[in-house]
Amino acid sequence: MDYSNLIDQVLKGNTRAAARLITIVENDIDAAEKIVNNIYNKTGNAYILGVTGAPGSGKSTFISTITKIFVDKGKKVGIICVDPSSPLTGGALLGDRIRMKQNFTLENVFIRSMANRGRLGGLARATEDAIKILDAYGCDVIIVETVGVGQSEVDIFKSAQTVVVLLVPGLGDDIQAIKAGIMEIVDIFVVNKMDLSGSDRKVAEIMQMLELNKNFIYESQEISKNLAKMKRWTPQVIKVNSKTGENFEELLKIVDVHRSFLESTGYIDNYQLNRIKSETLQILKRKLTKKIEDLVNNSEKIEPYLEKAMKKSLDPYSMANKIIEMLGLE
Amino acid sequence: MVEKRKIKVLVCKPGLNGHDRGAKVLARALRDAGMEVIYTGIHQTPEDIVNTVIQEDPDAVMLSMLSGAHNALCPLIMEKLKEQGIDDVLVAVGGIIPDEDKPFLEKHGLKGFHGPGTELKTIVEFVKNNLKR
Repeated sequence: MDYSNLIDQVLKGNTRAAARLITIVENDIDAAEKIVNNIYNKTGNAYILGVTGAPGSGKSTFISTITKIFVDKGKKVGIICVDPSSPLTGGALLGDRIRMKQNFTLENVFIRSMANRGRLGGLARATEDAIKILDAYGCDVIIVETVGVGQSEVDIFKSAQTVVVLLVPGLGDDIQAIKAGIMEIVDIFVVNKMDLSGSDRKVAEIMQMLELNKNFIYESQEISKNLAKMKRWTPQVIKVNSKTGENFEELLKIVDVHRSFLESTGYIDNYQLNRIKSETLQILKRKLTKKIEDLVNNSEKIEPYLEKAMKKSLDPYSMANKIIEMLGLE
Repeated sequence: MVEKRKIKVLVCKPGLNGHDRGAKVLARALRDAGMEVIYTGIHQTPEDIVNTVIQEDPDAVMLSMLSGAHNALCPLIMEKLKEQGIDDVLVAVGGIIPDEDKPFLEKHGLKGFHGPGTELKTIVEFVKNNLKR
């Protein structure tokens, strides 16, 4: 199928065409390849803000409030909300729009719900492609809401320039704050629902954790070799109330500071590089897995090896090496 | 490679009525039938609904109406969809829809009319069998 008409429409800012293209990249991997192929050089203008946090931490309400501020500043905002698919039926209930009823108009806000379709990591397979479509469509800011995450859904780190994690008072102690995973990838810690008791304590716990990091973690890590030359970003902590909008102006200032930090240090290039690498890796894994599965499950070529293995004259490791040879990868 | 096609459904409550148990039960049933269901919440204006249809690109829109305002709101929604050139989406209305109103709504392109007591699997089958794309 030819998508050039739809793509032209998207580049002109047509909302329906953008929505339809996103549907296509969600449902058809081959089409996604063609579409990205055609729009990739039109992307790169949008600022991508990732919002993550546990279920019920207030991500959708937070996004609604921050979007209002962006819109008031004249920005065009794209929002992608990822919710989980059922592992049993494949169905999904996408309810993030319920919290986003601020009378946004079609001209300045585009909201899209997306089921993760079994993909781990907090995003859907098509999220990256949808970001590119909204970028080409002309969004200045793209906000990506991950599924309600636990501790290790960290894909958003690879897609977004700035990652915000939402925490709420009363969940977990300071040990939670020094665990590995999500707490390591965050640029801005937002303690939401600041009207609840314990919010100051939560802020203090995160600050303590960040103190530890400063002295210890970044110096020992491999990535710090590149970063050592630059002033490393120290994650910021702020408490807000998404329902009333309290402290959001300050939060936006921090987002701006982070953005200019990325640009002034040149770290934005590292980010781009990592994003391209990680995406390419994902695509390679998907394509190669398919080839390998076809070979192992359906090909006569490996039958002689299977027979040998049955007779114990070939072990699975050696067989795997034979298959790698067959794929021409070594 | 086309992945197994997912049916995407929008469940909405247009107008001023806030009794959305029915809409939630329906959303849940469609979810359990393997569909991707977006629930918009209550108090949706026709503009809200049409904007959501444009952005989410669903295969079907299910309007839950108990307020008696169906003759006013449903044709308005259909009209606005038509203005946007959207003609490949199934639009169904259910809830409390008196028999004598059905021909009028049908004339405006609405389908379904499932009322209290309808088995959920009937509605699931209805959605599967009446998709326009």
